[in-house]
Amino acid sequence: MSNTNWKDVILTPIFKGNPVTVLVLGICSTLAVTVQLKGAFVMGLSVMIVTGLSSFVVSLMRNSIPNRIRIIVQLVVVSLMVILVDQFLKAYSYSISKTLSVYVGLIITNCIVMGRIEAYALGNKPIPSLLDGLANGAGYAIILIAVAFIRELLGSGTLFGFRIIPESFYAAGYMNNGLIILPPMALIILGLIVWIQRSIQKDLQEK
Amino acid sequence: MNTNGNTYTVIYSAVLVILVAAILAYVSLALQPRQNDNIRVETMSKILTAAGLYNTEEAEAAADINKFTIGLYNDNLQAAIYVNGNGEKTGDMKEVAGTSELKAQYDAMRKIGDNGDESLLKGLRLPVYIFNVNGQIIRVVPCYGAGLWGPIWGYLAFTEDMNTLDGAVFDHKGETPGLGAEIALPKFYEPFKGKQILDENGDFVSISVVKGGAKGDIHGVDAISGGTITSKALENTMRTWLSFYRPYFTNVINGEE
Repeated sequence: MSNTNWKDVILTPIFKGNPVTVLVLGICSTLAVTVQLKGAFVMGLSVMIVTGLSSFVVSLMRNSIPNRIRIIVQLVVVSLMVILVDQFLKAYSYSISKTLSVYVGLIITNCIVMGRIEAYALGNKPIPSLLDGLANGAGYAIILIAVAFIRELLGSGTLFGFRIIPESFYAAGYMNNGLIILPPMALIILGLIVWIQRSIQKDLQEK
Repeated sequence: MNTNGNTYTVIYSAVLVILVAAILAYVSLALQPRQNDNIRVETMSKILTAAGLYNTEEAEAAADINKFTIGLYNDNLQAAIYVNGNGEKTGDMKEVAGTSELKAQYDAMRKIGDNGDESLLKGLRLPVYIFNVNGQIIRVVPCYGAGLWGPIWGYLAFTEDMNTLDGAVFDHKGETPGLGAEIALPKFYEPFKGKQILDENGDFVSISVVKGGAKGDIHGVDAISGGTITSKALENTMRTWLSFYRPYFTNVINGEE
């Protein structure tokens, strides 16, 4: 694997092979934690760290893992990373860890993590695996942030907690859209993003 | 090397698990003091919210939210004491009482209720936080009980007459999101301000959480639609705790604190 195409490793997961919009993985947390940008940002970052480090560690161990307990070993590594992230959030970012609540723990069930380990890290060297994991996490984070941007702006009139839509708009009769706060709207926004991507990237369209 | 042999597989998994356990144990111990600080500060912020001293936006804008909250707490606190079920002061509080401490008191209260054993009242350690807000004395007392899925708890702030609520705040471990969990939202707890726990004869009536709306009742607030069990549980929790605080409250009213 000396001829790793670095550009492809990093760029494919972010757009052409985005784990959320193309592979449709990790939908559950995309719907749940995109009410506010802050939560989405931290969640995206956490998934990036977990996929990156798990892929790296599994790749380091790839030649020694007994094939029969392969999945269990991967799970142990992933859960180690998830618990570490959870513990650090509780210590250094308590309010966000409360907002994300169970979803940090549920990163372990995020198909992106296990998917990248099985599909990539088991057959590649540690450094490309680390980058592949980080890039896939970033692809996930970008979609999360895009959805959260729309939802927080239209649902609460704020971005990262700062008021964007001025008070005078509210005085003039403008109202926040309460519906957009609810999970179903995240699915609709996500659908719109998939639609946009498919109309740009013609090869994704089924004949 | 044969990585598919039985011996290899067993040893491999054993070593891996022990290694991972060691890493987790180390990290957990190393981060515990900070995590406990965060939990303590959260309790302080709840107490301050009940007393009407806490502004969430202001706190989040502060450079160090923990420092801000501890500072605010220490600046306004006049005394934090323990009282027993007979209304006597039994000691000073060093750290804010966390939920585990409240749970111990809740269990003791249930025991007293089951046996009717009045001698146990002496052993209760009920926290009282006394704040001085612009010359007005505000006393904050906690409550803790069982909700629908897990514990619920909260803080009630009383004005000097020990009858009128100055504010209240509630929290929960895992009530149903969108239903019972709404007890933690301002739209539920803000109406508690100005409610009274004594009727016009001075008898204890507590605060009711009324299904279908309290309609301006001075002793009641609106329950949560779809969250009836949590609402009822909260009502019972407040009634239980306030009834054990009654002797202390009476002492304060009579000026015999």
